[in-house]
Amino acid sequence: MDTVQLTIDNKPLVVKKGATILEAAKSIGVHIPTLCHMKLDDMNIENKPGGCRVCVVEVEGRRNLAPACCTEVAEGMVVHSHSIRAINARRTVVELILSDHPADCLICAKSGNCELQDMAHHLGIREIHYKGEQSTYREDTSPAIIRDVDKCIMCRRCEMMCNEVQTVGVLSAINRGFNSVVSPAFEMNLDHSVCTYCGQCVAVCPTGALTEVNQTNNVVRALSDPAKTVIVQTAPAVRAALGEEFGMEPGTLVTGKLVSALRSLGFDKVFDTDFAADLTIMEEGTELLNRLTKFLEGDKDVQLPILTSCCPAWVKFFEHQFPQLKDIPSTARSPQQMFGSIAKTYFAEKMGIKREDLVVVSIMPCVAKKYECGRDEFKVDGNPDVDYALTTRELASLIKLANINFSRLSNEDFDQPLGESTGAGVIFGTTGGVIEAAVRTAYELYTKKPLPKIDFNELRGMEGIRQATIDFDGFPINIGIAHGLGNARELLKRIEEGESNFHAIEIMSCPGGCIGGGGQPYHHGNVDILKKRQMAIYQEDGNKKIRKSHENPYIIQLYEEFLGKPMSEKAHQLLHTEYFDRT
Amino acid sequence: MPKIKLAENTVQQIKEVCAEFGNKEGELINVLHKVQNKLGYLPAEVQEVIARELKTSVAKVYGVVTFYSFFTMIPKGEFPISICMGTACYVRGAEQVLSEFKRQLKVEVGESTDDGKFSLNCLRCVGACGLAPVVMVGEKVFGRVAPTQVVNIIKEYREGCASENAKSA
Repeated sequence: MDTVQLTIDNKPLVVKKGATILEAAKSIGVHIPTLCHMKLDDMNIENKPGGCRVCVVEVEGRRNLAPACCTEVAEGMVVHSHSIRAINARRTVVELILSDHPADCLICAKSGNCELQDMAHHLGIREIHYKGEQSTYREDTSPAIIRDVDKCIMCRRCEMMCNEVQTVGVLSAINRGFNSVVSPAFEMNLDHSVCTYCGQCVAVCPTGALTEVNQTNNVVRALSDPAKTVIVQTAPAVRAALGEEFGMEPGTLVTGKLVSALRSLGFDKVFDTDFAADLTIMEEGTELLNRLTKFLEGDKDVQLPILTSCCPAWVKFFEHQFPQLKDIPSTARSPQQMFGSIAKTYFAEKMGIKREDLVVVSIMPCVAKKYECGRDEFKVDGNPDVDYALTTRELASLIKLANINFSRLSNEDFDQPLGESTGAGVIFGTTGGVIEAAVRTAYELYTKKPLPKIDFNELRGMEGIRQATIDFDGFPINIGIAHGLGNARELLKRIEEGESNFHAIEIMSCPGGCIGGGGQPYHHGNVDILKKRQMAIYQEDGNKKIRKSHENPYIIQLYEEFLGKPMSEKAHQLLHTEYFDRT
Repeated sequence: MPKIKLAENTVQQIKEVCAEFGNKEGELINVLHKVQNKLGYLPAEVQEVIARELKTSVAKVYGVVTFYSFFTMIPKGEFPISICMGTACYVRGAEQVLSEFKRQLKVEVGESTDDGKFSLNCLRCVGACGLAPVVMVGEKVFGRVAPTQVVNIIKEYREGCASENAKSA
């Protein structure tokens, strides 16, 4: 028999065998509160250690209460989700967690977005009946992520993301009983570990135990310094998610309002990382074609497949875990860094501003970008190409701080010359987008013919590993796509074992790509939010008049006036980089 | 944590143990057990080698090492001192005996003296409740220990006149 009949809160229902009580309840609209449990449907990501016991329910005929998240339904089961016994147990559990939790909600970075705070509210907790020892740990600050594990409730979501999804293996539960906590090995700091700063631990942490390094004050200070020209770039995925912070529906595109808000905040120029994404395609696409041409000419030493290199967490991942493959990824810098480099040379020269008087701020869906802009190779005499990288969340808090009524803002356009972009630049924000953008340009440069169709639906989707073959006018190009570092590891293993026939592979560290980045508004386990953001990105692409990077007029102008041609010596110096063995 | 470089043959020894268990991640506890038996303790560098061999993360290895009180990252002293904290010993004053050892040796439970002579640990019941409170130094059992005797026990070993069989393996 494939189905099971049961009753939940006096409602009879039939569900698939093997479902949990939690899933069964959800199917009839009964909400059982959970804390440690988190599931991203269709992405194969689930955390159910059954540890917090907040989801306990009463099952008739069973002596003890059952955790709904990890108890399978059984034929004839009678479940009461809100009996007095279940409610009391649930409140006791939350009170016990709160008894070992700092009560600094008013000034906590997570206030208003904290699942523990919400739970205490949901259960109507007005008093904590338990007083006991409080665990205290040293705060660990890295270039991108702050660990304040006094606030850790041992839900172990971060551990699941770090180990099972990302296979980075930095975080693990350590010690025993009251002293147990999630930590890197030997309680070392994150910046001594192999952490990639992907920020997926931050994205799923229910409390304020894991947060990004907040740099909003640095930006406010720069904006109020009359000696500085402060310019801003904003990544593609930000416009598809920022609206959520202001109560808008997930998937609402807010590009025009975003520009308007940044201008109101006082940025001297509002530019677009999408412009740099187009530039990335010019460099990376040319690099791909060069390698392909050499390969076709019979050069045995040519490194194929070429791997994308836009994602800083992915770069740090292979530097730690696959240093032997460090010659395979494209040497093209990420769009954030290309933008910074061009802003502090081409743009600064054009405007007659000294490098040290120009401050470049970026708005990113990502926490790893904070680490990336601090890398030594992206500095000139100690001055970084990008000064500060703020997350989408930090930008939202800046907008609120400046009393800007976001939803009533009018739509404004980016400034020029670094604000013009194509649809190809926009789709960098989702898994599959970078490689689709590269294909659009590489196809036309290689075949010297216009694309028969611009949308490559075979490259789109949410599956962790995807592959497709694109016909380059008689020459089949094999494309691989992976998002999530665990999936990336899978593909890298195939390459190492010589089982790959890919010519080009796109890798993004975060599930979903940048739309699911560690710096985005919290999704709280709702995968539909990611899907809607993805749809918004493709919608923005579809709305663009120009949808191929090599047709961006300002990119053409940049090469004519400044860089020469893709992969020129100047382009090499400003737009390419090298990788390091970090083992 | 100060880095110590493992001798080549130590690394070899660890690799052999891992290989003995098929380099399987699921055998982690057995591997740790055997390696600790050989080396006496499990410093960070040893855990790193084990993690590499078993293809798991060093954080996971450290998680297991810190979960089980049997595993230790601190080298045991030449003369490991264990105080029984079982019920019988406890009610007959083991706690006072323990604090006297801590005071005399200037170490906490789980630590070793700077000269590496002594390490201090607690254990539960050695089956000699009739002799409570019981202290073990290496394999040798001291019964009915009063706090005032502690200084003499330490002196006995420090001056090297104790029997050789008390030395830890």
